[in-house]
Amino acid sequence: MTATAHPGAAAHQDDRSFIRKYVFSTDHKVIGIQFLFLSLFFLLVGGLLAMGIRWQLGFPGQPMPLGGWLPQSVAPGGVVAPKTYNSLVTMHGTFMIFFAVMPLLVGVFANYLIPLKIGAPDMAFPRLNMWSFWLMIPSGALMLTSLFVLGGSSAAGWTVYAPLSSTPDYSGVHLGQQLWCVSIVIFGLSSLLGSVNYITTVVNLRAPGMRWFRLPLSVWALFITAVLAILAVPILAGAVIMLLFDQTIGTHFFQPDASGQPLVWQHLFWFFGHPEVYILILPAMGIVSDIIANGARKPIFGYTSMVYAMIGIAFLGFIVWGHHMFQSGMNPTLASSFMVSTIVIAVPSAIKVFNWLGTLWRGSIHFTTPMLNACAFVAMFIIGGLSGIFMASTPVDMYIHGTYFIVAHIHYVLFGGSLFAVFAGIYFWYPKMFGRQMSERWGKVHFVLTFVFYNLTFFPMHILGIGGEMRRIYDPTVYDFLRPLQPINVFITINAFLLGLSQLVFAVNFLGSLFKGEKAERNPWHDTGLEWTTPSPPPHGNFAETPHVYHGPYEYSVPGMAEDYLPVDTPPAPAGAAAGRHA
Amino acid sequence: MHWWFPSNASSVGGQVDSLFYVILYITGAVFVLVEAALLIFLVRYRRREGRKAEYIEGSTKAEIIWTAIPAVILVSLALFSQPLWSKIKDADRFPPNAARIGVEAKQFEWHFTYPGPDGKLGTDDDFMNIDSLHLVLNRDYVIELTSRDVVHDFFIPAFRIKQDAVPGMKILVWIRPTVAGTYELACAELCGLGHYRMRAVVYVETQQDFDAWLKSEGIAASSPTDSTAQAGKGAS
Repeated sequence: MTATAHPGAAAHQDDRSFIRKYVFSTDHKVIGIQFLFLSLFFLLVGGLLAMGIRWQLGFPGQPMPLGGWLPQSVAPGGVVAPKTYNSLVTMHGTFMIFFAVMPLLVGVFANYLIPLKIGAPDMAFPRLNMWSFWLMIPSGALMLTSLFVLGGSSAAGWTVYAPLSSTPDYSGVHLGQQLWCVSIVIFGLSSLLGSVNYITTVVNLRAPGMRWFRLPLSVWALFITAVLAILAVPILAGAVIMLLFDQTIGTHFFQPDASGQPLVWQHLFWFFGHPEVYILILPAMGIVSDIIANGARKPIFGYTSMVYAMIGIAFLGFIVWGHHMFQSGMNPTLASSFMVSTIVIAVPSAIKVFNWLGTLWRGSIHFTTPMLNACAFVAMFIIGGLSGIFMASTPVDMYIHGTYFIVAHIHYVLFGGSLFAVFAGIYFWYPKMFGRQMSERWGKVHFVLTFVFYNLTFFPMHILGIGGEMRRIYDPTVYDFLRPLQPINVFITINAFLLGLSQLVFAVNFLGSLFKGEKAERNPWHDTGLEWTTPSPPPHGNFAETPHVYHGPYEYSVPGMAEDYLPVDTPPAPAGAAAGRHA
Repeated sequence: MHWWFPSNASSVGGQVDSLFYVILYITGAVFVLVEAALLIFLVRYRRREGRKAEYIEGSTKAEIIWTAIPAVILVSLALFSQPLWSKIKDADRFPPNAARIGVEAKQFEWHFTYPGPDGKLGTDDDFMNIDSLHLVLNRDYVIELTSRDVVHDFFIPAFRIKQDAVPGMKILVWIRPTVAGTYELACAELCGLGHYRMRAVVYVETQQDFDAWLKSEGIAASSPTDSTAQAGKGAS
């Protein structure tokens, strides 16, 4: 609640050197934008790896287009080798989860939005913040390097189950797996530094009047996410260090031959891994809540229940990890208790969906590109949430666990959910970040293409899963019972390529608008948030004067007002002069 | 085109499928209702000249309704699932007279150990074969599942059964095949380079056919056998 901005701090001459301003910057906005470029790059890497996976599944054993460029050891005659396939699957998951979606949601939006939305001049620890970005560089570089070392990159799945991951003799991967571990430990450090910063900033640097229950849901979501990350990421880092020791200095934490326990790895991994799933969806929910209220020109329906639902998800998120291990050999009675907690966590997710619908109800919906993406998030999250119920039921999970059903489910949540929210967020805050608008027309073209090809790619995977097709298999046609499903795989592959190509529209729009986009005004979406009271882009220090907050975050279409939005820093009119509500 | 479940061939598969369909119908109905509401709202409340959004902040009654209804449905689903799960996976409830078979997974093979005429695993008359599992129709089996190297997964889609094989653990799996035929056993946990071809064939046959198979392998069904006649003998 203390604001440290000196009045006029932003107005003074910005005399930082180029390097301090754009490279080793401590400005949260620059760091957010740095994260944006870095994570979009990794999204591209992860996407290209996915194309390799899809080629092999659609056309097993046929030479891949451009495959002839790859070394013979990786793709003999242009055909993906089995070990290469395992590496593709592993690194696709790794890059997407740790280097694309998580930094896109947290690195970009927590950094860029938190100080602007709570009325702070910068983060509580700007230098720590700079480190959190610059640690991602060695982390990402090591992970990329691991693709090119002798023996190839990690090939044990992104979940790197021991002892396959911990014993080079079993996987044929030596250095690649060690680099994976070192990279993830550095990633964990980066994530922790960021989280400490976000939490401290939200607790201490809110502008006067920005009470907890006036925080936009995006800030709530990012705050709760930071709490989850600070509790879960150290577990991953610890487990990964143990794994690295098993590989390199002969410890036996996860090796059964010296009374180690492979299941211990799974417990540690998923104790991190399930909160991680919510780390990847909560910020998306927050971003979408802000955009839906803006697009529907209505207050968010049930603001407090939205906040408590997120807190509920965060708490329950720590006691559901066992549902990844129903078939792992864990005691079946323990599995039953995890089934109950897993089923219960569906309730707050349902509450959120109904509240988004309530927000749209009787609104005046503007179909801007961000709004279209936000609505797609809701539509896809419904599917991802409902398909999760199948897995929560232990006997049904017994059949669909480890099949394409689960691949469909995770992509409905992480692509249909998180990535549509990321697109919504980028289109929405781009004018604030860069001072120019992205093209609405091309934004809509990108949206329609992505929405159609996304569904044509991932929905049929449910059918593959029901047919019993296992995930992570190099060639499904080895099995008689899977051969009839092969036309579906061909169909998915074609649509996956089209989905990939559609992203070129986004890339061109994103990069082109940096130079050719229409100049953005302060508040192009007529939003109530504090960030829109600053120039686009905001100067170093954000606010010329520390803002004062008088209203809740979603005062749209307040009765009796001419404008259909009431910025949070508008001082209330003298009593009786206006009917505006001051929440 | 067969684009659905493989046809069921085990005692528990029918119940697993029924539970799947219960969830499919419930989630299917919710899916249709909620997505339809979303679409209707998007069309009906699109921006039009002269209409303003209504200032509505929420409704406690609505929150209670849409918390309580999903909670009741979901908890009942858990209660429905629990007995079937215990029946399938709780080793204390397995039929006591079930025949025992040892299944050892290793990169990238399945090793099956059958008890010899004494009916016990771990004795000298055990015999073993690789990559084909012979089962007698309508007999209860308890499989002693182990792994020699990494985590594998014992998955017979037609039986709807899946269980990880974990090195250092012996996990019991109960199966009772109910339809004669030839099925596939797949490894469903990434186990390395040859994971995708870690496949075995499951033969479910009548007692006569089973005995005929034993004979063709040089193993007499009812008398102790000559060890030199068995190629794969001696697995622990």
